[in-house]
Amino acid sequence: MEELLLSRWQFGITTVYHFLFVPLTIGLSLIIAILETIYVRTGNEMYKQQTKFWGKLFLINFAMGVVTGIVQEFHFGMNWSEYSRFMGDIFGAPLALEALTAFYLESIFLGLWIFGWDRIPKVLHAASIWIVALATNLSAFWILVANSFMQNPVGYALRNGRAEMTDFIALITNPYVFYQFPHTVLSGLVTAGFFVLAISAYHLIRKTHVDFFRASFKLGLVWTTISLFLLMGSGHAQTQFIAKAQPMKLAAAEALWETANPAPFAVAALIDEENKTNSFEIKIPAMLSLMANNDPNTPIRGINDIEKEYIAKYGPGNYVPAVTPVFWSFRIMVAAGSAMMLIVLAAGFLWWRGQLEAKPCVLKAVLWSLPLPYIANSTGWFVTEGGRQPWIVVGLQRVEEAVSPSVGAGSIWISLIGFTVVYALLAIAAIYLVQKFVRQGPVDTPVTPTKPAAKGATLWS
Amino acid sequence: MELSVLWFVLVTVLFIGFFFLEGFDYGVGILLPVLGKNDTERRVLINTIGPVWDGNEVWMITAGGAMFAAFPHVYATMFSGFYLALFLMLMALIVRGVAFEFRSKDENPAWRTTWDWLIFFGSAIPALLWGVAVANLIKGVPINANMQYVGTFFDLLSPYTLVGGLAFLLVFIFHGAMYLTLKTTGEMVERARKAAVKAGVPAAVFCLMLVGMTYTNTDLFASTGAGITLWGAVVLFVGAYAAVYAKRYGLGFTLSSLTIAFTTVAFFWGLFPRLMVSSLNPAWSLTITNASSSQYTLQIMTVAALALVPVVLVYQGWVYWTFRKRVTAKDLEY
Ligand code: HDD
Ligand code: HEM
Ligand code: HEM
Repeated sequence: MEELLLSRWQFGITTVYHFLFVPLTIGLSLIIAILETIYVRTGNEMYKQQTKFWGKLFLINFAMGVVTGIVQEFHFGMNWSEYSRFMGDIFGAPLALEALTAFYLESIFLGLWIFGWDRIPKVLHAASIWIVALATNLSAFWILVANSFMQNPVGYALRNGRAEMTDFIALITNPYVFYQFPHTVLSGLVTAGFFVLAISAYHLIRKTHVDFFRASFKLGLVWTTISLFLLMGSGHAQTQFIAKAQPMKLAAAEALWETANPAPFAVAALIDEENKTNSFEIKIPAMLSLMANNDPNTPIRGINDIEKEYIAKYGPGNYVPAVTPVFWSFRIMVAAGSAMMLIVLAAGFLWWRGQLEAKPCVLKAVLWSLPLPYIANSTGWFVTEGGRQPWIVVGLQRVEEAVSPSVGAGSIWISLIGFTVVYALLAIAAIYLVQKFVRQGPVDTPVTPTKPAAKGATLWS
Repeated sequence: MELSVLWFVLVTVLFIGFFFLEGFDYGVGILLPVLGKNDTERRVLINTIGPVWDGNEVWMITAGGAMFAAFPHVYATMFSGFYLALFLMLMALIVRGVAFEFRSKDENPAWRTTWDWLIFFGSAIPALLWGVAVANLIKGVPINANMQYVGTFFDLLSPYTLVGGLAFLLVFIFHGAMYLTLKTTGEMVERARKAAVKAGVPAAVFCLMLVGMTYTNTDLFASTGAGITLWGAVVLFVGAYAAVYAKRYGLGFTLSSLTIAFTTVAFFWGLFPRLMVSSLNPAWSLTITNASSSQYTLQIMTVAALALVPVVLVYQGWVYWTFRKRVTAKDLEY
């Protein structure tokens, strides 16, 4: 069905695009709040410049996040009307709560922050960016509550031909959220940390505004290293949880066709989806069992077995997601995370040895690795959403049942092309502005600033 | 009171907030190329709504979210049925939001002019489309027994709905001009007043046409309350016009705000207990009974809304108060 395919493409493109901006908002709002707090507490003008410099980049990104978010909100009704009917009783609530608890706070206090520099007391000004940062994270919570229900339905009953909420507390304490939320927020912290690192590296390589960007590099380094460790840890925990909550997704992400005890971990594989086998694989024996169950001598169920179980449970049909893209997306996410880890550790080591700026190759690596968090974010979502197929709500509704019957392919073609073209043009404009301000550097600071007069506790001394 | 009735009222309230706040936002955006003769003036105009436009837009997002939560079938039928119209509106809102943030971040005049026009179209298109949408809700659109929209994009356009769209557009322009009389200084106030006086005449004409055609195209006047409210809106608008003529700007803005509120109330009152009228068969209309969420969800959402909406009103009001001063060329951010 053409409509289904087009709607999926459109949804995929627009959410991935929205989620290019969201992680940076999540992390950078917090970093800016911290920088401004340091400024307020120490009176060190350099931190005011830090706040303003990163703030400017933040606002460009935020605007893109907001306008692409509006599309997301309308999208469910426009392209997935049967999903909205079936799920509205449950799904609408977190969405409305997201608007009521988070979007108002975010947008109103951000307006206050942008325009309030000389109008409201400093402490209030810093408080307003904290509110923005917390609201942003709250908004991520609500939308992930919604997404988690689709992955792991809880607190509902099937009545009146739809899923109805029976337990709101169960909805917001869905165990799925407890893995998805930290992992997503941490991915935001990492994205923002890497963003700060890469831009600081750019100036350190060129030896422009050195003091300014040394300070931000240091902050970025500590921030990214810690959050990357936590992110990897949470990813590991999430994998173990997925092994229980969505065995099919795990099996697909590992291209494990047959149940195995112990199960090996495939580093790479040539996957033959037609014959349900891998024609070639590089594997580490027992590693998957160890990673999934903390014990190398445990079985992991394969795709074929799980499919049989689903056919028995849900009737005949195809229950296997597209294994190849899910498998590779998972590997790309983990590889991107590992690469970031290596780079951050190398930079930290050189910093500690006092040789960071003498050996620009690592700084260059940091700069050129800026795409990595974005790649990891997009592929991570592809694992989550692609691995959920053919379900839109696991066990309750299939994707083909969810699409709007009243919207024809012609309409979707128009919107698909329209969104893609406008998004591409906006990306060009946004990138143009970001690179312009990055090159420009902090505006009001002299290139070699004099030592701050007010010696107070800065973050580092 | 039944919870679904309460939610009908709450959705109405959200739409009032949205049309009142975004009404002047859109108006300012549309007047931007008309009133702003040079770059500084245009920046002043944009900065009158700079700190608040995003918060205003959240009223629309919340109205959408509330409809999804309380009346999922309406959300599903309307958004899939009005597909291309909403697509157009989304495009407009996308470029508009980005334009506010981007336009002053580069000196190049071509860059700025481009974004200024995007602000113009980004404000005019949604203003027009919301009028068309509201008129369609009450006039009725082809909805079948399965709550599916079975018409095309062009079924949404009729003389009545286009008059509705133009009436909304013109009233919003007037409302935006009224807002500018309160938020700018010097010669700009006078220019905004002139714009209001100019836009007010066609706005009044279209409002009267809308009311007249509402008699023939809809059953709104079957409800006496809705009918009186709709006529009340017209009277208020005439009052607003007289006020701006007499340079009583505060009064004028208050009255134009009330015009918008009364119009919204009238249309929702006329709809009640329906949310979307089916033109094929009255029994197929979407109502607060057949389109609503479960009792449990409505209860949860009622608690949340009653606790949160007043808080939002307080801090949004406070931010408006913080920025109550008129904007001059000295305090430009965008
Ligand atoms: C900077 C980004 C980033 C990095 C380095 C990683 N992840 Fe991740 N991952 C995400 C960003 C992300 C994400 C985009 O935020 C996702 C999508 C949905 C979610 O919960 O987080 C995700 C999803 C996701 C899922 C699917 C969850 C689901 O289906 O609900 C798993 C199993 C993992 N991750 C596991 C890992 C592991 C084991 C990692 C490294 C050791 C890892 N992730 C690194
Ligand atoms: C938390 C909120 C989210 C919800 C409710 C959600 C819901 C959906 C829905 C309804 C679809 C379309 C049906 C389908 O093909 O399965 C989908 C697909 C998809 N989503 Fe999500 N999504 C969310 C977040 C995200 C994010 C943040 C991303 C990416 C950054 C993403 C990436 C995708 C992709 C790539 C697809 C296409 C998958 C495929 O068709 O195989 N999603 N999601
Ligand atoms: C697919 C479902 C999604 C919907 C319906 C949605 C809806 C929205 C909307 C309407 C906005 C604009 C708010 C404003 O005007 O201030 C927005 C922005 C935002 N969304 Fe999404 N969103 C989705 C996916 C996600 C996901 C998965 C996350 C995070 C995990 C997220 C986090 C945010 C954040 C942090 C913002 C704030 C502004 C920014 O992005 O820069 N959203 N979203």
